[in-house]
Amino acid sequence: MATITANPPRVGLPGLLKHRAVHKLLLLALAAAVLVPLANARWASGTWPSALTVDFSEPLAKASDWIIDNRDSHPLFLYFFGHVSNVVVIGVRAVYLTFLAVGWAGVTALGALVAWRVAGVKLALGTGAAFLACGLLGMWVPTMQTLALMVVAVLASVVVGVVLGLAAGLSDRMDRVLRPVLDTMQVLPAFAYLLPVVLIFGIGVPAAVLATVVYAAPPMARLTSLGLRGADKEVLEAVESLGSTARQRLLTARIPLARKELLLGLNQTIMMALSMAVIAAVIGAGGLGDRVYQALASVDVGAALAAGIPIVLLAVVLDRVTGAAGEKLGAEPEPHSGRGWLFALAGVVVVAVAGRLAGRLDWPDSWVVAIAEPVNRAVDWMTAHLYSGVPVVGGTADWAGHFTTWVLDPMRDGLQALPWWSVLLIVAALAWVIGTWRTALTAVLAMAAIGVLGVWKPSLDTLSQVLAAVAVTLVVGFAVGIAAARSDRLERALRPVLDVFQTMPQFVYLIPVVALFGVGRAPAVAAAIVYALPAVVRITTQGLRQVDPAALESSSSLGATSWQQLKQVQLPLARPALLLAVNQGLVLVLAVVVIGGLVGGGALGYDVVFGLAQGDLATGLVAGGAIVCLGLMLDRVTQPTERRAKKGA
Amino acid sequence: MRVRKTAVIAAASSLALLTGCGAADMTKQASPFANAQGAKTVTLSVQSWVGAQSNVAVAQYLLEHEMGYRVDTVQVDEVPAWDALSQGRVDALLEDWGHPEQEQRYVKDKKTIAPGGELGVTGHIGWFVPTYFAKKHPDVTNWKNLNKYADQFRTPESGNKGQLMDGSPSYVTNDKALVKNLKLDYQVVFAGSEAAQITQMKQFAKEKKPFLTYWYSPQWLFKKVPMTEVKLPAYKEGCDADPEKVACAYPHTPLQKYLNSDFAKNGGKAAAFLKKFKWTTEDQNEVSLMIADKKMTPEDAAKKWVDSHKSTWKKWLS
Repeated sequence: MATITANPPRVGLPGLLKHRAVHKLLLLALAAAVLVPLANARWASGTWPSALTVDFSEPLAKASDWIIDNRDSHPLFLYFFGHVSNVVVIGVRAVYLTFLAVGWAGVTALGALVAWRVAGVKLALGTGAAFLACGLLGMWVPTMQTLALMVVAVLASVVVGVVLGLAAGLSDRMDRVLRPVLDTMQVLPAFAYLLPVVLIFGIGVPAAVLATVVYAAPPMARLTSLGLRGADKEVLEAVESLGSTARQRLLTARIPLARKELLLGLNQTIMMALSMAVIAAVIGAGGLGDRVYQALASVDVGAALAAGIPIVLLAVVLDRVTGAAGEKLGAEPEPHSGRGWLFALAGVVVVAVAGRLAGRLDWPDSWVVAIAEPVNRAVDWMTAHLYSGVPVVGGTADWAGHFTTWVLDPMRDGLQALPWWSVLLIVAALAWVIGTWRTALTAVLAMAAIGVLGVWKPSLDTLSQVLAAVAVTLVVGFAVGIAAARSDRLERALRPVLDVFQTMPQFVYLIPVVALFGVGRAPAVAAAIVYALPAVVRITTQGLRQVDPAALESSSSLGATSWQQLKQVQLPLARPALLLAVNQGLVLVLAVVVIGGLVGGGALGYDVVFGLAQGDLATGLVAGGAIVCLGLMLDRVTQPTERRAKKGA
Repeated sequence: MRVRKTAVIAAASSLALLTGCGAADMTKQASPFANAQGAKTVTLSVQSWVGAQSNVAVAQYLLEHEMGYRVDTVQVDEVPAWDALSQGRVDALLEDWGHPEQEQRYVKDKKTIAPGGELGVTGHIGWFVPTYFAKKHPDVTNWKNLNKYADQFRTPESGNKGQLMDGSPSYVTNDKALVKNLKLDYQVVFAGSEAAQITQMKQFAKEKKPFLTYWYSPQWLFKKVPMTEVKLPAYKEGCDADPEKVACAYPHTPLQKYLNSDFAKNGGKAAAFLKKFKWTTEDQNEVSLMIADKKMTPEDAAKKWVDSHKSTWKKWLS
């Protein structure tokens, strides 16, 4: 789900850069020298001054009450939201009933044959096996529920995404408006999206689908626009010279030329929809996510895993199939593809009818393999032997305790003790040195908004957890990434591991980390590290591998050792990729640290959980807003100049 | 892909034809997974604690195996469950710990939810210490002496104060106010979910460490980790009216069932059954222990209970 858009390495002269950075910092210092005494004189306090906060809880609570009271009578709901909700329910239901009517054999055949047509025999076998595994784990019906929800959500996301993407791709003005919005939406944690839709639609499938659409549509829109803009100028001119209308040009040239980006967009949309469909269990999405959620309530890691594995399988299969479809598009089209589809369709019909005649539509109960118990035994053993009192190294609980006392506590207290204006100043300085004055301004405003919302302290608590987790993630991630970049074998071995870890639902991580590290901030941080690590490793490896081989050769011909090579050639040249890794690391860590509210992470995540659980949407929405601001700030602070500079791509 | 797409388009367009110009009341909408393939479906809401799972497991088992229904379950916390119940997205909530505000709104004003009678179980929330610790220090069971033990309850999360562990944010709690108003040298640490809290308590118990926790009965964990309640200032009617100024214990609450009004009226046998569903704390604990501790699936646990308590549940079906 990580959006990896590694930029071509662009080497700024270090001397010039330093020069510019010094300039910026001097300017900033000057501004600070004027503003800080003023601010300090007026609102002298360590934390955000209460005179500058606005209390949103009252109006939000009123809004929430009004919605509940008028949901069954107000025209806005009767004639607009009601229909939206209805369409979603009926759509999901239609797909779900279709799946049930086709039966497990039919659905498996459908999946396998579609995979065969678009991606080849190997993936077809994998797809079939994945579906059968879902059944074997006793998760057939939940899998179908999740799939039904996803089909509708992905279709809606694609429609919304393509429409927005067309608008942004064809009109420069729309592009200027939409691009920052879409960029931003992609870095926000899924958790922050849940509350507003619940406010309007209430708990249930419609809210879940809409949250998923809001979360999954942006990549489609971004890539559509990118594809349209990236089309070869010469081809377009040629088409234009043939005297075609704008509409013909769009349909016959620009869209077909952009199909690679469109498929990449579809791939990302599907992946994001899946991850959201799981998290949306918190707001009543049902399906696999709900099974994970229910299992966690009784500390049943085994049952959670039984529902988690189908999610991972679905994710890997969907990712590989859509990815392969994208790659195949570049190649020559096959001559008999129409006939192949006909075969595939016929195959599905035959299998479905056979299943129906055999009366075997539901997955047979006797074919279910119970994995929950052995898994739980393994987990029990782990906690019994590793938790504490292990000689020499100490137990995991001791580590967590030390980490909390020596790293998390000082960081949190330190951040909270900083005067509020100095936090803004640090944010401004970092963002400006790394990016432009625009990114710096956005970052500062986002940080200030947190203060205005009145959640300064919990936000800094969350921030301290994010920073601690990112620090660990980067140290480990860079080390593994560098190792993988230097050894093909390691990279190959890592690939499936990274795939699995990147697509596991965050929920599943939570309970083993609680078993190992107890309750509190340490397990939240641990889960975040595990979740963000794959993306960081991947981007680092890719960045290092993309470094111009010529540069490497010339340096080795000059007699550089491999360590010197790494330090003086590869790492500097891969700087943009490394910065991207930092950026992605921050975004992903934030997403999980927030979910850590479920295991005692406290701070903003807890407020969101509390808001959802108590129906106290005011608290939840304010915390959700703060999470949005925090995500925005962290993203902008680490946003390199290049990403802005490649306007129009 | 094409098959699904056509199905969706067909469904969407037929919907547009049917309701396109009319009003759509989204508060009267069932779950899309309900009533699939002509089966009669009941949607039950499950709350995150195991006791609630037991209620649902047994009700589900009987509905499916004795009455021929298909049962869908949805995990929702209590307060959102009220909302979902009012909208008809779930049909029943089997264990409610008392939400006067929601009762006023949905049962009395909007009349979208109908009371379903008592569950038969009485719930009680309190502060607990493990019995092995209470035996060694008998005076810890009175709140007045808690400050004396604060440093024994310290953890990295609570800093230099004692730790009072709270569970899921969805639970009814006054603990922050209580700590403040009773001037206790404690920090409330929210485990964030009941799962996390139980894991932590089991770990403490394994090492015989002292801990102080928000907990409630009926709860299966008492069978595994015996705990003794800490006496708080006695509960009097209305002493918890102002959430900021609470300084008294939690009440004993007879747990209630609630049904969606339409379902209560038109739900036929299923609704009648759910109204009659009533069992004891011991029954519930028996099932809960099988689910949470023996790690049986809720269905197996329900089957085991159903097989051995025929006389109890026969009454619900009549």
